Amino acid sequence: MSCKTLYDKVWDLHRVTELPSGSTQLFVGLHLIHEVTSPQAFSSLEEKGLNLFCPERTIATVDHIVPTKNQIRPFSDHLAEQMLQKLEENCSKHSIKFFNIGSGNQGIVHVIAPETGLTQPGMTIVCGDSHTSTHGAFGSIAFGIGTSQVRDVLASQTLTMKKLKVRRLWFSGKLKKGVFAKDLILHVIQKLGVKAGVGYAYEFSGPVIDNLSMEERMTICNMSIEGGARCGYINPDQKTFDYLKGKEYSPKEENWDSAVKWWQSLSSEENATYDDEVKFDASEIAPTITWGITPGQSIAIDSCIPKPESLENSDQQTALEAYKYMNLKPGISLEGLKIDVCFIGSCTNGRLSDLQKAAEIAKGRQVAKGVKAFVVPGSEKVAKQAEEKGLHQIFIKAGFEWRKPGCSMCLAMNPDKLEKDQISASSSNRNFKGRQGSAKGRTLLMSPAMVAAAAVNGAIIDVRKLLH
Amino acid sequence: MSNSSDFPSGPIKKIKGKCIYLPGNDIDTDRIIPARFLKCVSFEALGNQVFADDRIDSNQLHPFDRDENKNGSILIVDKNFGCGSSREHAPQALMRWGIRAIVGQSFAEIFYSNCLSIGIPCALISEFDIKLLIQEINNFKQDQLTLDINSQKLISRKNSWSINIEKAASNMLLTGGWDATSILISQKEKINLTMQKIPYLNSFKI
Ligand code: SF4
Repeated sequence: MSCKTLYDKVWDLHRVTELPSGSTQLFVGLHLIHEVTSPQAFSSLEEKGLNLFCPERTIATVDHIVPTKNQIRPFSDHLAEQMLQKLEENCSKHSIKFFNIGSGNQGIVHVIAPETGLTQPGMTIVCGDSHTSTHGAFGSIAFGIGTSQVRDVLASQTLTMKKLKVRRLWFSGKLKKGVFAKDLILHVIQKLGVKAGVGYAYEFSGPVIDNLSMEERMTICNMSIEGGARCGYINPDQKTFDYLKGKEYSPKEENWDSAVKWWQSLSSEENATYDDEVKFDASEIAPTITWGITPGQSIAIDSCIPKPESLENSDQQTALEAYKYMNLKPGISLEGLKIDVCFIGSCTNGRLSDLQKAAEIAKGRQVAKGVKAFVVPGSEKVAKQAEEKGLHQIFIKAGFEWRKPGCSMCLAMNPDKLEKDQISASSSNRNFKGRQGSAKGRTLLMSPAMVAAAAVNGAIIDVRKLLH
Repeated sequence: MSNSSDFPSGPIKKIKGKCIYLPGNDIDTDRIIPARFLKCVSFEALGNQVFADDRIDSNQLHPFDRDENKNGSILIVDKNFGCGSSREHAPQALMRWGIRAIVGQSFAEIFYSNCLSIGIPCALISEFDIKLLIQEINNFKQDQLTLDINSQKLISRKNSWSINIEKAASNMLLTGGWDATSILISQKEKINLTMQKIPYLNSFKI
């Protein structure tokens, strides 16, 4: 059993009681909600005649269903409009702070909470969304929940939970040029598989993680769930504190020093015990790209799609399904594979630094003929910062569309969708069958720089060939 | 399709019904309920939409469309069932179609707890046993099975297989505690005590 890790400390602090069932009742420090997984929770609350226990600890935004071209209300999709209205209604009825479109704070829930300073070290954070693991980048324990649990949190600010085991993933070495946080996490999932994290919280640590920026750390924790781990976290350090300083909802000046002092005490101790540990040499990681229908089916860009006989028995069946669905042959390289759509955005890679890396590639080049390429900032704040830096101009000049913030084609619950069996190069996090809006659509996951490279090349290319 | 009056409620001890086997590892929640059906403010219509794309797409009739599986209520799956997004729409869609229990080799974590919170047990079974079980289902298509949570067994006319539902989950099912809201609210005093010792709720003065 783990002890003296950050996970243990935060867990103990938030433990309300042990329930007769053997589960723990855990206090939730920050509850984030959005339009897709909350309406049924509010109705169920009302059916039971219950009120909110701590409405000030719930924050709402709208992200999944918002159109990214024209956000004028009412939306032309009346179902989307209805969902947003329901959220507006629920928030005003229960006095919940709501970052609506145009507020300056709207965006993908996992982008806006960190950038406004709501996400802080040592908190327990939940949201009806599996990528809540993102917030672990700040040294919080953050995980996705279902709608019934959203209801429970609204009613009691607590939920029932079983303590996870802790696996430390230690990264030594150095990331090579053209290799990004996204490649690192795709590599981890490829090596450990999509089920390895079930029952675990992942602690990402080591010199490579220390060197990453907060935005890169978010990319890594974001995709813990793709490796099966409901929650992933990174011990807070000076970078974490510098990032939070002066943010709208960060601790105020008079509390700042005590906050930092407490945050510093949260890190896993040097003599902490882990349930498991895996070590990686980051120097070995190349730009990584998925070829299949689970995020674990990826390869280094300079290698080939695995042949079934090289895979473990248990992986063969999914591989056969993937070759067929993706219409890709085992043994081939992905370089040169023609693509139809390029999507840069999502809670994995829709932040300013992601757009900057993509813009470096796009600058002075042109989107290849026949390719539809678009950039969707993760939030209104990201959009504003990017526009101040002129990134939108670089993209537009290169032939990318510059859109308004939202989840967009990450899951296509809005007008941004693949058509038929189009292939997309995507900076998002899931390549499941049908994920991007067409039942036959095909998704290749990669870093934003690799997406931009594919866009200007018209086909998959090793981004290192385009770096100066 | 089941109607809401027989949705799980109160203590759940035994589940009786026909089995449906859905082969394949890593069946994700996007497949169980594609994202376009999440555009709703209530779960009501989801039963019809379960596995919508897989059902159109498959060359043979999808298990959920086969006559012999009509009214099936115990779903048998392989590994890592329910991976992907946290949408409770997935277990809700299965429940509204008529599923009352799932037996499989392994489950994704959020899916598992979402099922539990609506009273659908997810039971583990070994790879070895699942093969025998499926053989038997294929031989006796109409057979009723009983999933007994207390004895942790799946029982057919001829056989019985060990299943595993972890202790906290089986306690919650047997006592009705899976419907957690009222239990959680009843701890208000302890919640307040916990809040008093959390630094960020107290201006970091602790
Ligand atoms: S960007 Fe994608 S993964 Fe992230 S919250 Fe939106 S839909 Fe979910």
